[in-house]
This record gives sequence, structure tokens and C-alpha cells, in this order.
Amino acid sequence: MRRGILALMLLLITQTGGAMEADIQQWETESGSTVLFVERHELPIVDIRIAFDAGSARDGDQPGLARMTSNLLLEGTSSKDAGEIAREFERYGARVSADSGRDTGDVSLRALSEPARLDPVIGTLATAVAEADFPAEAVERVRRQMLLGLEQAKSSAADLAERAFTKAIYGDHPYASAPAGTIESVEAIARADIEAFHARHYTAANATIAIVGDLDRARAEAIASRLSEALPTGEPLPSLPEVMLPEAAQTVRVPFEAEQTHVVIGQPSVRQGDEAYYPLYLGNHILGGNGLTSLLAERMREERGLSYSSSSRISTGARRGRFQMATQVRNDALEEALSVLRGSFTELREQGPDAERLDASKRNITGGFPLQLDSNRDLLGYVSSIGFHGLDHDYLTQFVGRVEDLTAEEVRKALQQHLDPERMVTVLVGPAATVNAVE
Amino acid sequence: MGVSEFTLDNGMQVLVRQDHRAPVVVSQVWYRVGSSYEGRGQTGISHLFEHMMFKGTEQYPEGEFSDIIAREGGRLNAFTGRDFTAYFEILAADRLPIALELEADRMANLQLSAEDLATEREVVLEERRLRTDDRPEGRFGERYSAVAHPGTGYAHPIIGWADDVAGTQVDDLQNWYEQWYTPANATLVVAGDVEPQAVYELAQNYFGDIEGAAAPEVHDPEVLSPPGERRLIYRDEQTRVPQLRMGYEVPSFATADSARDPYALLLLATVLDGGDGARLAEELVRGSQVAAAAGAGYNPMTRLDGEFSLYGVPGDGDVEAVEAALREQIKRVQENPVSEEELERARSQLLADHLFELDSVFYQAMQLGMLETTGAGWETLAAFEENIRALTAADLQAAAQRYLRADHLTVGIMLPAEAGDEA
Repeated sequence: MRRGILALMLLLITQTGGAMEADIQQWETESGSTVLFVERHELPIVDIRIAFDAGSARDGDQPGLARMTSNLLLEGTSSKDAGEIAREFERYGARVSADSGRDTGDVSLRALSEPARLDPVIGTLATAVAEADFPAEAVERVRRQMLLGLEQAKSSAADLAERAFTKAIYGDHPYASAPAGTIESVEAIARADIEAFHARHYTAANATIAIVGDLDRARAEAIASRLSEALPTGEPLPSLPEVMLPEAAQTVRVPFEAEQTHVVIGQPSVRQGDEAYYPLYLGNHILGGNGLTSLLAERMREERGLSYSSSSRISTGARRGRFQMATQVRNDALEEALSVLRGSFTELREQGPDAERLDASKRNITGGFPLQLDSNRDLLGYVSSIGFHGLDHDYLTQFVGRVEDLTAEEVRKALQQHLDPERMVTVLVGPAATVNAVE
Repeated sequence: MGVSEFTLDNGMQVLVRQDHRAPVVVSQVWYRVGSSYEGRGQTGISHLFEHMMFKGTEQYPEGEFSDIIAREGGRLNAFTGRDFTAYFEILAADRLPIALELEADRMANLQLSAEDLATEREVVLEERRLRTDDRPEGRFGERYSAVAHPGTGYAHPIIGWADDVAGTQVDDLQNWYEQWYTPANATLVVAGDVEPQAVYELAQNYFGDIEGAAAPEVHDPEVLSPPGERRLIYRDEQTRVPQLRMGYEVPSFATADSARDPYALLLLATVLDGGDGARLAEELVRGSQVAAAAGAGYNPMTRLDGEFSLYGVPGDGDVEAVEAALREQIKRVQENPVSEEELERARSQLLADHLFELDSVFYQAMQLGMLETTGAGWETLAAFEENIRALTAADLQAAAQRYLRADHLTVGIMLPAEAGDEA
């Protein structure tokens, strides 16, 4: 999932009062990659992220394929092995990483902006990503690491809950499978599958390049071209299928010996760009999206001492993201906790927020812009999202305006229309006797 | 460094770090108290007290503090460590006075009640279950610390033993408050789009009238040095993958005889694990493949002696082979100087990372707070570059010989339960 919109909006304030459109420079490279660039000269550093449409949504019937490709991306070319590539970055103090989620496979670089230190690592990065050749030794090693990770995840209630939840809410959609795959699927992935995935997805046409930092436009253009040119041109990918909503409410019980039961309740939300996102965002913020001041934290933690953490979140993606409430409670309090979570949601959905909460949340959202603008790294994430999802550069300005104008009735209506207790999935990870005793 | 320091008449320290990139301010109040200050029977009180600091004052009852900051578009939270307890707000820079007024109010006027404590104790016990009791890594980590830091304040968990948390009473908390939450035991760190003189005047205005005793004298006894080599084998029914931790007790910025030693240890950790091109990844993960993952690290910002740590996850379950390989790596840095190429690469990485840290205003404030509360002093890092550049391969070798010794070593191994163990 991409970052939530609160994070996105924070970008706005970088230039106090300035128009966002002027701050992000955007162009397309000759090879067809979209580039977004923000100049920031206060520190002699540069952050770059290449986001490919190469997340687990593209796994097909091989869960874990996108993640394995990403994990192997910097592991070797025909002329250099993984250690040599890594040391070419480290020699200049640069940090590089490859990650993948449901929508994207990302390559991120942080480096010093001085040309003698930056130019060589750009060359290394371009070659490593474009010419990755997935040595058989590395494939087996990374496979073993992923299998160990999957084995280890079985002892984590949080991981078990996350897997069960996405599987239940997304059904047949590619978002249903975990980006890390399963033991069976990871065991079955062949080197040829990885090569084919790389060739198809790590292309110029499929890349969004975000650059933030101490560069002028000419240098940024040269860097973007260097990175983009190295890649095969590529072809556009087919659109992802739409997410279908669950037909009925469902409770999924995962037995796990522990003192607490992990609870996740929710359903698919809306996709990036859906108008309903504004009121849903505000509704979620009031319910459980704003830390200790949210309804859920007040009722679960402050009033009843039921849990350390009770929150809700809403996200969007290239397709429907998700809405979820989550908490962890001691086993003998599970029933009470479920009743508080479900009751708080139903109450908000039926009655809408009261005027005081509505106003306080709006003030927090609109007043909170500047807070995360203090880092180039955060900025990079926001700019990359804007580019990947094709959002307007003034999207953030619009967002704040839209939230400010919302009424309690609009929030209530959006909750009624898009989030339905009759379709919600409840995941319970805890001792069998505990999770079997509740609905 | 661009840091300004002030001291109020009541002894409270104020540090201001200017960063005008964005109209944002980070305000942190640090108290020199944390879990390593706790005695037997009172473990976890620093952390439980941190939770109680959100329970309100006469002027701002429970929930008001958070509501006000939220309404102003801000964020807030708090954290407890072994050596400190800190409270922070992040706000638009012009709202700094709001944060300072609220923090000053709870430094002086906190109201503690048995009823609030009863609720909050449950919250903390839930936090403990979440972080520790229900996770194999958490259960292993507590055991490891108990063995790795015998007789010191680092031996027990920050969150405390559940029995102690359950047994803490309002009087205990009241005493804790009076003893440690005095202005003379606090440091206000403000970083962001602010002017130092203006911050000083605000601090004087809000905190200046708070009276309090002098900062308490702290006594940490000299214990067990060297403690001797220790070995922990922990079997856990829910563990699926064996894990290895190794730690050498070593000096920190605050405890080192020579100011250079912590930097030598930082460079050694970077030579071993500065990235995927460093020795552990090259030789243990990719070369012999004895480990699926391996790492090394060292945090010099501790009040007591710190730890030079290593970890490994075996590729095929043979945890002892990983241990042997890590011991071999330590032996190698003791017997042979690192190459100039490796040393220069490690220097480049540490210096670049040091610069990258400036990107986060919050971390800049954190760093000042940690340096102060661990007793190193905020000026310590002014000599960072000079020290990193000055150290030679011979210095690293000497530090490895002097500090990475078996009689300072703890080896901790977590294994799945044996076949017959599962009931």
C-alpha cells in the first residue's frame, strides 16, 4: 500500500503558502519514464527513488515473485557480484535499498550531492538495476532467507493476523496474497520466472523516478536520463482487476497460544482518486486515526485499560485499499473489546461525528501539514506517490480544502455507503478456546 | 554544530538546535531517569510513570493535553529508555509556547490518583504482553539482558517485571515524581525553525518559576569487571528459527577512558557490518553461507558501559557454526589490521551517515537529549569527524584487542523446543 494521504498533504507546506505546482518539476525522459523533482539545497544530499509497477499485485499465480525479484535486484550483473556492487555504493558513503509492497517495487538511493561522489553511484545503480542477472547461487540464497522469514513469521501473531485479514477481504484479487509469498510458492519460483518478471516490469515505461535534494534541473535531468536509458523501453502493463467486496460478514479464527488475542476488523476501502476518500479519511481520523485523541483509544485504553494500542486506518492503492480497526487484548477481555470496537464504529456510522470531534479533527488535519516536511526523505515518499498514482501536483491543496469543507452529514453518508458492518471481516488470532468463544 | 545552551536559575538546562528548512519545531523535555535507575522491587516504574504523566493536572485534566496539541495540528508522545524518560511535541514553529506551557504544568502539577493508576497499570501490562510476553524474540531478549548485564541497571527490562508493575502504588509514583521530575534534573531540547534567545525567554517564562530540589546524586556501583564469559541457551516452544546474539561489554562515550575508543568501536562495527559489502555479509552470508543473516552494531550513547553486539541467524539451523564464524571474525580484527580500503570505506560511510542524520529534525533533538542524559554531553559529537578521520588501522586493532575479549562476552542462543519438549 502507498502511504496515507495525511502524509501526502504534508508536502504542501514545504514552500510556505506557495503553490505546490511550482515546487514539483515534472518531465518525461526520452525512454518514457516519468520524473518528479524537488530542489532542496539546505543539505548536500540527494534522495532518489525509482518506483516500478512491480509489486505483489503483479505476482500472478506465483506469490512472492515480485518480492524475490526485488530482493535479488542488487545481487549481481554479468560483470559484478553482489559484494562488488555494494562496495561501489559504500565507498562513496551512499545507501541503497530495494523494497516491494503490493503496488510497487522501489529502488531507493541516498547519497552525497558532490559530483565526484554522486556520479559514480548513479552509474552503479543504473547498471545494477537494468542488468541484474540473478546468479543461480544468489537465487538459492535469497530463497532460503525468504523461507526462514516465512517460517519465523509463523511465531508472530501480528503477521498471522495481517495475512488472514488481507486474504479474507481481498478474496480472489491479487492484493489477497502476502508480498512475501508462502513457503510453497517461494519454493517453486524458478530463476527463469524471476528473469521474466524483471524483463517485463523493470522497464523505463514502467518507472517513476522521484528526485529530492541538492541538484539543479540540469543535473537532475542528466541523472534521470542515465537511470532511464539503461532500462529496456518496455510496454505498458494491463490494468489490475477491480477489488470485489466480501459478500457477507465473516469471522476468521487463527489459533495461536498467547496471553493476548490480536483483533483486526475491516474491509476493502476505496481506490486512489475516489471522491469518497475525503470523508472516509476524516471519519477514520475521528474513529481511530489520530493516536490518543481518537475515539477508539479513548474508549479502549483511557477509559477501560483494555489495550495498549487501539487504532484504525484507511488506505488507498491503485485499486481499493483497506479500512481496518486493530487492537490486542488480554484473552479474557476479548468479548468486551469486540463490543467496544464494533459499537464505536456502528455509532459513528449511524450518528455521524459530533460537532466538537469533527472540528477538532479538521483542525488537526489542516493544521498538521508542516509537521513532516522537515525531511527530504519524507518528501521523497510523497513525491514518488504523486508520480506513481498520477495525482495532480495541487492534489494536496485540494485535499486540505476538501477536508475543511466537509460536514458531519457527509462523513456519515460516506461511512454508510462505503463501509458496511454486514460485509466486514473480523480476524482473531489467539488461543483456540478464546477465539472460538466469540462471534 | 549550531547548538545554543542555556541554564535557568532553577538548574534546568535548555538546548536549542536551529533548523530553518521548514516552519516546524520539535520540543522534547528529557529527565535524567530511566529503568537503569530503578531498584529491586520497583522495576518498570520509570515507564509506568511516563504513562501517568498523561493523566492530567488541575488546570488541564486528563485528555486535555493531547486534545490541545491535536487541535493545534500537532503530534505528541513520550518514550522511556534505560537512561532517560522524554516527552515530546511536534508543532508548527509558532505554537511552541503551547507545548512549553503544558510541559511546565505537568512538571510541577501532576495529579496522581489510585483510580487512574489502576487503569493505566492494565494498559502497561497489555503493552508488556504485546512487546514481550507473547513474542519469542521478546522472551529471549529479556533473558539475554539479564545475563549480559549482571548486577547493573541494564539487567532488567525497561517495561519492568510484570509483578513489579502490578505492585506499584500511588505513593511510589509520587515519590518518583518528587525525586526525579525537578527542573534541575531536566533538559529541554528544542529543534527547528526557532531563534535560541526567543526559546530561552519562553523557557524562562514557563519553567523558570518551578521550584525543585537539586538533581539527585546517582550511585552506580562498580560491579563484576570483568564479568566473565557467559552462555545462555534458551529454548522456546514458539520459536521456529534459531537465533544467536553475542555481546561484548565495552565503554560508551560516557564511560570511556579515551575519547577515541568509542569511535574505534564504531569503525570496527562498520568494517564488519557497514552494509552488504562489508565483511559479515561478504563472508558469512554470501561466502560460506553459514548465516542467512548476520550483523554487528555498537551504540556509544549509554550512561553505563555499552555493548558491542553481533547477531546471526543460521542458514541451515547450525547456530554453533555461526557462533564460530563470528568469533573468527573478531579474532581476525584482533590479529590483523583492517586494510586501508576497508578503513576508508568505513570512514566514508560513517561520515556520510552523520551528515544524513541532519535530514531529520526530530533525530537531531533526540541525539542531543541522549548525549546529555547519558552523561556524555551534547558537545561530544562536535569531534565526530575529527575522530573518525584520525583513527588508524592500528588503533582499530588495539581497540579490538583491548575490548572484544572473552571475559566481557555473553553468548545467547534461542532454539526451538526439543522434539520431546512439546506437551
